[in-house]
Amino acid sequence: MKKNTVHIPMPIRYLINAAAIAAIYLIISALSSAGVITNYYTKILILICINIILAVSLNLVTGYLGQLPLGHAGFMAVGAYASGIFMRAVSGSMPTGLAVFLSLILAAIVAGIFGFIIGIPALRLKGDYLAIITLGFGEIIRVVLLNIDSVLGFNFTYGAASLKNIPKTTTFTLAFICVVVVCFLIHTMMKSRYGRAILSIRENEIASESCGIRTTYFKTMAFVVSAAFAGVAGSLYAGYLGILNPANFGFMKSIEILVMVVLGGMGSMIGSVVSAAVLSALPEVLRAFADYRMVAYSLLLILVMIFKPSGLMGTYDFSFTNLIGRLIGRISGKRTARKESAE
Amino acid sequence: MSVLSMIVSQLINGLQSGSVYALIALGYSMVYGIIMLLNFAHGDIIMVGAYIVWVTMSVLGLPPAVGIIAAVAGCTLLGVIIEKVAYTPLRKSPRLSLLITAIGVSFFLQNIAQLIIGAGSKTMPAIVSGPNLYIGSVNLSFVAIVTIVVSLISMAILTILVQKTKMGKAMRAVSEDMGTAQLMGISVNKTISFTFAIGSALAGIGAVLYSCAYPQASPTMGSMLGLKAFVAAVLGGIGSIPGAMIGGFAIGILEAFVSAVGLSVWKDGVVFAILILVLLIKPTGIMGREIKEKV
Amino acid sequence: MKRILALVLVLVLALALFGCGGKANEPSKTPGGTDQPGKPAEGGSIKIGLLGCITGEYAQYGIAVHNGAKLYINKVNAEGGVNGKQIEIVEYDDKGDGTEAVNAFTRMVDNDGITALIGSVLSGATIAVVSEAYPIGMPMISASATAAGVTYNEDTDTVFSNVFRVCFIDPFQGEKMAHFAAEVLGAKTAAVIYETGNDYAVGLKDAFVKAAQEIGISVVADEGYSKGDKDFRSQLTNIAAKNPDVIFSPNYYEDDGMIVTQARQVGVTGTFLGGDGWAKVTEYASAADLEGSYYCSAYAPGSTDAVKQFEADYAAAYNGETPNMFAALGYDAAVVLVDALKAAEAKGLTAGTDEYKAAVIEAMKNTSAVGVTSQYSFDEFNNPIKDAVIIKITDGKEVFDRMF
Repeated sequence: MKKNTVHIPMPIRYLINAAAIAAIYLIISALSSAGVITNYYTKILILICINIILAVSLNLVTGYLGQLPLGHAGFMAVGAYASGIFMRAVSGSMPTGLAVFLSLILAAIVAGIFGFIIGIPALRLKGDYLAIITLGFGEIIRVVLLNIDSVLGFNFTYGAASLKNIPKTTTFTLAFICVVVVCFLIHTMMKSRYGRAILSIRENEIASESCGIRTTYFKTMAFVVSAAFAGVAGSLYAGYLGILNPANFGFMKSIEILVMVVLGGMGSMIGSVVSAAVLSALPEVLRAFADYRMVAYSLLLILVMIFKPSGLMGTYDFSFTNLIGRLIGRISGKRTARKESAE
Repeated sequence: MSVLSMIVSQLINGLQSGSVYALIALGYSMVYGIIMLLNFAHGDIIMVGAYIVWVTMSVLGLPPAVGIIAAVAGCTLLGVIIEKVAYTPLRKSPRLSLLITAIGVSFFLQNIAQLIIGAGSKTMPAIVSGPNLYIGSVNLSFVAIVTIVVSLISMAILTILVQKTKMGKAMRAVSEDMGTAQLMGISVNKTISFTFAIGSALAGIGAVLYSCAYPQASPTMGSMLGLKAFVAAVLGGIGSIPGAMIGGFAIGILEAFVSAVGLSVWKDGVVFAILILVLLIKPTGIMGREIKEKV
Repeated sequence: MKRILALVLVLVLALALFGCGGKANEPSKTPGGTDQPGKPAEGGSIKIGLLGCITGEYAQYGIAVHNGAKLYINKVNAEGGVNGKQIEIVEYDDKGDGTEAVNAFTRMVDNDGITALIGSVLSGATIAVVSEAYPIGMPMISASATAAGVTYNEDTDTVFSNVFRVCFIDPFQGEKMAHFAAEVLGAKTAAVIYETGNDYAVGLKDAFVKAAQEIGISVVADEGYSKGDKDFRSQLTNIAAKNPDVIFSPNYYEDDGMIVTQARQVGVTGTFLGGDGWAKVTEYASAADLEGSYYCSAYAPGSTDAVKQFEADYAAAYNGETPNMFAALGYDAAVVLVDALKAAEAKGLTAGTDEYKAAVIEAMKNTSAVGVTSQYSFDEFNNPIKDAVIIKITDGKEVFDRMF
């Protein structure tokens, strides 16, 4: 297998991947302008994009860093509210494109700051204690969003009454771009020195510390980046739904994201992407079953785990260019083999 | 009402809800101690127990004793079945897969209950009744006394079971080191099933007490209860039996006093904030053992 | 092997998705889909959407609303339909979640080609749907979305002209009960206990507190609890210490029942007041504990002949169940909508067209339909103009007390 793989040089790899991504986008937008993909499917595609960002960003901490945070929805909430409040404030006074761009950046920064504040104490703990402390922070974020107005004395998050009338600016194009950017950034990060440090912490924290890796620094960094991307997803969500309620970002939402990551295979980006897509579409697909659909969903979850405990993809990471390399290798290999037999 | 009697009343409020939390936290803690699994379905076992009480007493019209026995037996059986069907095949898998399976089981129980019985709450009949007790101006309800006493007795029995019996010894051995325990001739499968049975039986007792104190059963009642109990187990030091009890009572009393000082709106937030503080000061929980990492 | 199995699973799911996609595209090609004016509706039927939480935590409300609405529509169909056309119901579940509600609604519009919508059940989900329905002018009537923001955008001061409802709005009920407490009960002090994360409870409580302060009732205790709590003794012990004349508990009936029971246990003696979420509370607390409590409602069980007829029909259709207020309002929402459909049909328009939808909206705005709970007309915010029914609980029965 190995020797049949043709190694494709880096710039060409980027080109091929960029072309593939552009092709996917063009196909979807062509289908949608031809009316094959209706508004309904576009809505689901946007939802899939948002969930992909959430899953991929959680995968950074769960899959690559090997920690188990249960408060990811909290960061999403922070990003969503930051962006929602910002968009409501500037709507009309700023070109929409610029406002959307700024709201995404703002959401990432605010969520990142929260990630930093929470990460510093939380990452001192390990395993299930880290899980419970992040769960606690997630719940605190929710309770604060719910009750902060009574402390501030003016309407800021609108608490239980929901933050309403947020401009609905999230389009499929925007969501798709965000997915590509987030996946690209995480991918490059994991291929860099930082990524290798993060992986080494997952494998053995003590050993990597003794090798001179600043484990606290890298753990916090992974945590902050993950939180920031969750904030981006939150920002898209705010622009998608137009109404935010703290109840949307409870403990169950964090669990939902975790399910996507684990089902896809921990530490596999393509796994997170595929399972986020499947799990977002699943409730819609199961609509036909009406009353039985949540039962079917839970049964499916149990069955997949029993038959494929390491997740759908395991730790396998798909590389389009490697696939092409292998294909070329196989074809040229056959050719040389034929040539040899001819001789 | 004097300040003192107010404090005592709130303390009893806290002890009552805390004792239910403690019973449920015990189930979490035991299962965690032995297979390192956060059994998210544990709260839903309580829900099933509450429905068993409802069915036997309200639908079939049987006496409370039958309801109690049926609930405890039903929960025990359910716990063992869940363990055999959903968790045993995953014994050697990554722990997170086990966690997701537990979440799946929890969803499944909730949704199947809703499908069969309906989403609305069912009112439970009175299981125990008796006169209220007055100590000065403090009103002590009969149900509160029963709840606190029964849970203390259950915990005492559990402690004896784990410390003094052969099966208890096996449980402790398996939780210490599964491989070595197996080499010593302990049947790991049997021990794990037994742990689930005990944990679920406690959940059954918890369900009965819960139904006494809060006479309503609904499909989602287990999720919040389970989460609180889980927090209690971690606060006390997960895997530790006295820890689970202390954690349960601590959460119950904490909630009562947060409400008492007029912060009821912030209750969940404050409880979690204190939990975080405790964990930061003593990262393994109140009674947790510090395990030195081997290099 | 396992990987192959997993892959097969994924493929099946993917195929199912695209399979649905293929199927679902058909309606948009067939006449009667959206935005295809001038073409006849298929098979002489009128498609309407029915959206609400029929699974999940709040399913009991959604199921009641849906049952009520279906009861009336089935009745209309059995009697020959509207203008000879059968009404076809497209029913979807949103689990009470805004995201699901938006997806389900878009699916109704794009794939099923609905003409009007009854829904959603919870305020949050309904507001999310409104933001989709308003731009496309989809007629919409909700049976139970009580938040003021459902029909009115306070930021831009615009009314969502296509959205109607048959239930009271949150502020209305809170104010009513504050006035009732002062004027009828002569209360001087009040306490409130409410679910903090619930927009309905918070909405009623805010309005009650505001009105109470204006008319000179002092609010001595303001206690919250969170969703899923079953122990309210700590908060109630605080309330008992203040000994207020009335306690306003604007939550859903299951919690209210528990609150009243526990309140009596810890020595709260004041009169309990509630909102329309109290209907059926008598099943969740003892007669002795509830004695003398009041709540406002849109529906008084067994009060008129129309109500009795409705109760009998409902029981016959749904295994002898007694309808609650949500079922009655679901029925009324269907009444108002069908009445408007009749008006649009009378104009000779074609179901599914923009003109038809505009005609339905127009007809609803000027409606005078008679439902089970009331005759309907709408104010400038598309909220129903009707008096609140005050229900008093005596001997464990919910008895009509007065209009207020």
